Amino acid sequence: MKEAVIIDAKGIFYRELNAKLRKAVSNGTQKIELRNLYGQRYIGTDLAKPVEIEIFGTPGNDLGAFMDGPRIIVHGNAQDGCGNTMNNGEIIIHGHAGDILGLSARGGKIFVREDVGYRAGIHMKEYQDKRPMVVIGGTAQDFLGEYMAGGVLILLGLNLKEGESHKANFIGTGMHGGIIYMRGDVQEFQLGREVGAAELDENDHLVLKKLVGEFAYHFGYDAEEILKHKFIKLFPLYLRPYGRLYAY
Amino acid sequence: MCWLSPLRSPLTIRRNPLDYRENYNWRPEVIEDIIKQSETGGVLLTGMGNDKSYRIYWDHLVLNASQVTNPSIDPLREPMELTTYLGQKPDRVEFESGSLCLKTELAPQVKLEVPVMFSAMSYGAVSLNVQESLARAATEMGTLWNTGEGGLHPKLYKYGDNTIVQVASGRFGVHHEYLDVARVVEIKIGQGAKPGIGGHLPGEKVGAEVSSTRMIPKGTDALSPAPQHDIYSIEDLAQLVYALKEATNYTKPVAVKIAAVHNSAAIASGMVRAGADIIVLDGLRGSTGAAPKIIRDNVGIPIELALASVDDRLRQEGIRNQASVVIAGGIRNSGDVAKAIALGADAIYIGTAALIALGCTTCQQCHTGKCAWGICTTDPWLTKRVNPDIGARRLSNLLRGWSLELKDILGGMGINALESLRGNRLHLRGVGLTDTELEILGVRMAGS
Repeated sequence: MKEAVIIDAKGIFYRELNAKLRKAVSNGTQKIELRNLYGQRYIGTDLAKPVEIEIFGTPGNDLGAFMDGPRIIVHGNAQDGCGNTMNNGEIIIHGHAGDILGLSARGGKIFVREDVGYRAGIHMKEYQDKRPMVVIGGTAQDFLGEYMAGGVLILLGLNLKEGESHKANFIGTGMHGGIIYMRGDVQEFQLGREVGAAELDENDHLVLKKLVGEFAYHFGYDAEEILKHKFIKLFPLYLRPYGRLYAY
Repeated sequence: MCWLSPLRSPLTIRRNPLDYRENYNWRPEVIEDIIKQSETGGVLLTGMGNDKSYRIYWDHLVLNASQVTNPSIDPLREPMELTTYLGQKPDRVEFESGSLCLKTELAPQVKLEVPVMFSAMSYGAVSLNVQESLARAATEMGTLWNTGEGGLHPKLYKYGDNTIVQVASGRFGVHHEYLDVARVVEIKIGQGAKPGIGGHLPGEKVGAEVSSTRMIPKGTDALSPAPQHDIYSIEDLAQLVYALKEATNYTKPVAVKIAAVHNSAAIASGMVRAGADIIVLDGLRGSTGAAPKIIRDNVGIPIELALASVDDRLRQEGIRNQASVVIAGGIRNSGDVAKAIALGADAIYIGTAALIALGCTTCQQCHTGKCAWGICTTDPWLTKRVNPDIGARRLSNLLRGWSLELKDILGGMGINALESLRGNRLHLRGVGLTDTELEILGVRMAGS
């Protein structure tokens, strides 16, 4: 059983707080509880170990930026830039997240129970065994999955009312890799020009079952109930959307 | 045109009648560009730096020397110092009482033996042999080379202490170890050859090795968006600067590179206030492996004017010490370096000059990926033409030659440390410049 180290973050500047986290992790601590977090930035950056950090309060921008390994659980909302350029690890947010969730992430998993801001999943990529996966329980703002080059982005729309559709426009603009699964209504005009929509195949169902299963486990939902609803799959129409721009 | 009289010579030499008509406005380059675009409907691409006839201010600045009243120094027999430290300098320093031990905690500093570094050229744009040549020469000469935004090949990790790693909008190959191994982390906002423009490395250039350093699948396009999507303001820039400081535990300076544009001075002030330890300005003549020609040739401002105005602005605001200033874009020789230092630069990046040392003929075909000299290509049949043993030696030779010349220049001025020339514009005079140009450069007319 992991013994949690408790750190009270009240009134501590992020630099000092992150130094404490670094020290705790280098001492071999495997579980840290952060209490009274009030917007301190860069939690989880420069901790390349599989430590678990449980946060009570509101972490600041760039939560888990450049993160490589830790698992972060937030009991509250995350701000902008959560999972920025993440390489590995897991972020579980029991609330909302701000803009550019998972920007340029190359690996790891992010689960958000509620809504996210603009440009979620922008320029996520994948490489070899690394494949970032983002599951959002609520809905998202414009430019979801913009410039996406890899990974899996799932938008569940669980908080949409009967007959209410997702509001995001320009979904997947410039997308040239990866895949987006959406539950809930979305109109064609909301999609970027580089995106196609299709029915799910067997493999898609397997991916969804696994990730929605994890989502449901984290936040206490019934996965089967979620999966009963119709999903659509959005994929890049061209792997090289800007291949014919140039005169040689 | 020239006709030799048949009476005097058996030969008649005349212009090919099929050649374009001589026309100052409709030059062959302009005509051929139009033809190419009407055939393809695409954006014209090019390589290298701006080759147009904008004024080169270095050629209108001259350096001073000592005569009679203050003796010059002979660098052959007297010590001359080119040592340069890059990084944030404190506003004031305090010593432990009664000793020479520094009480003030210094921000991380990087020591350069020669104030000339190799500019960012990514693996993918140039070959691994080129990068290895740069890395080895930088290590040998006590300076730095720059990975560009293509990640760092594992073979070059051992040169980490002399490596600047770049974090650009695509975040290619940026991971924990990459940041960890570097001496300096540079955030790339812009590039002199293509201010405000992103980059597309075409899938054809992404082979197995390039794929592994950029950490993207083989054969996929590497798209670097025009902006960094987490930076829409100076405050956002500060956030990334400090994210990288956190990610490296405040052990290395963070540089921010921009293209020199109209409001560079104001932006530079913001960059310093955002926590950048080094600010890099890349001028109108800055080079590229591939850029839209129309951008390369028409966007940005000359580096000399940008440097002078940025240095002035930071001094006026009393924050010049908070960041080192590095310039790039068309620096050709040690004379340009000395003038840049006198205008206010701490160090200089060279790109094209370094590639010429490796055999580049500035043919401007970099964007084709078929560089006949094996420099700007990833084709293994071509890249083997650059031998890193020879390449490193030639680059070291170049830096050694420039160092000797810089020492000669300093000695001639009667000063024995580069630090005494830095920002000392009294050692410069202008020739053939207008009053406005002299005012912006902050130098007096020759003869005054």
